[in-house]
Amino acid sequence: MIRSRLIRSALSAGAVAGAAFAVASTLWPIAAWAHVEQGRAAGFLAGIRHPITGLDHVLAMISVGIWGAQLGAPAIWLLPVTFPVVMALGGMVGLLGVQLPGVEIGIALSGILLGLAVFAEWRPPLWAAAAIVGCFAVFHGHAHGTELPAGASGLTYSIGFVMTTGTLHAVGIGIGVIHRWSWGRVVLRAAGALVAAAGGFFLWRALA
Amino acid sequence: MRTGILFRVLAAAAVLVMPAAASAHLVNTGLGPFYDGISHFALTPEDLLPALALALLAGLRGSHTGRLALFVLPGSWLAGGLVGLSWPTVSAATVPTMVSFIAMGGLVALDVRIRPLGMACLALVLGLLHGYLNGSAMSEARLGALGLAGIVSSLFVVVALVAALVVVLRAPWARIAVRVAGSWIVAIGLLLLGWSLRPA
Repeated sequence: MIRSRLIRSALSAGAVAGAAFAVASTLWPIAAWAHVEQGRAAGFLAGIRHPITGLDHVLAMISVGIWGAQLGAPAIWLLPVTFPVVMALGGMVGLLGVQLPGVEIGIALSGILLGLAVFAEWRPPLWAAAAIVGCFAVFHGHAHGTELPAGASGLTYSIGFVMTTGTLHAVGIGIGVIHRWSWGRVVLRAAGALVAAAGGFFLWRALA
Repeated sequence: MRTGILFRVLAAAAVLVMPAAASAHLVNTGLGPFYDGISHFALTPEDLLPALALALLAGLRGSHTGRLALFVLPGSWLAGGLVGLSWPTVSAATVPTMVSFIAMGGLVALDVRIRPLGMACLALVLGLLHGYLNGSAMSEARLGALGLAGIVSSLFVVVALVAALVVVLRAPWARIAVRVAGSWIVAIGLLLLGWSLRPA
């Protein structure tokens, strides 16, 4: 008993020493300076962060994943593939300086329609679901694509941006897995109703 | 046990009070450019992503095609790099990079059933193109053939690992995840196109 207590106290002392070492190490950072390419890291971090800074975007992207999970294969992967590609097209159009009327309204409508689709477990033909998702993705891409911080790298911003968007879809698909249980279906429908309500709020704000 | 802890704490404290330079670029051994080449490939998405896409596509098509890509891509990259070192270009690499992203990512996303010979041709073209651009950049940075060797070594390892990882995938969702990765590369390429054509 005494021996095991001694071992335990020694282990905890070791853990404390290890943690103290880790903390102390973080207080002495030394820059690597391996490849100094200005703006690369800043662009990547800005891209990672950007899609999650707006609740309207986050809800729409997660809803795409949930709707895909409700529809099952092949929509479960077709919709999350369609969204980033068409969104990038929208971003490209924005970068080229082409004005798209009613971007904020389109984004708000995406929340309403995608939320209602999840709520109603709507099952349109696959091409129609992909077209709906693609259509809204243009608005999301147009709104996001042009907002590169000054001095940041466009390439690494794009990489971070696409990665976060895809991850949000994956989160939606992960949430949508509960669709296989009856209680899960109820929860998903409630979530869809909430998203649609939030979309209504965003639409009201866009029109105000 | 306490002596051991005390020793570890003292060792940690000693390490902290004696920081030494990392010597990342090995001037003494003369191998600095080689390591520069290795890190250049790992830290340059313009080269890394198309190579990753080719490895993913080769892996989706099976072990025979994967082996072909594994040897053709680094070989042609080296050949293109040597040409670039000798006759460098000064033009920007944005357009070829963008085309590589969209084409290679699109092939992966669509899971195109490309034959082994087609894959070898694709690897040849991609390797020559990016190798030439790398060689030109190496010539400007005075890294020489040693830097190029670092890039090709790094490329070989990445293609081997990624293609092997994809070849063994059997679960449908895992293969779909690979295709989704391809669609991400297409999306990045499209955004890159927008950046490059953006009015000043």
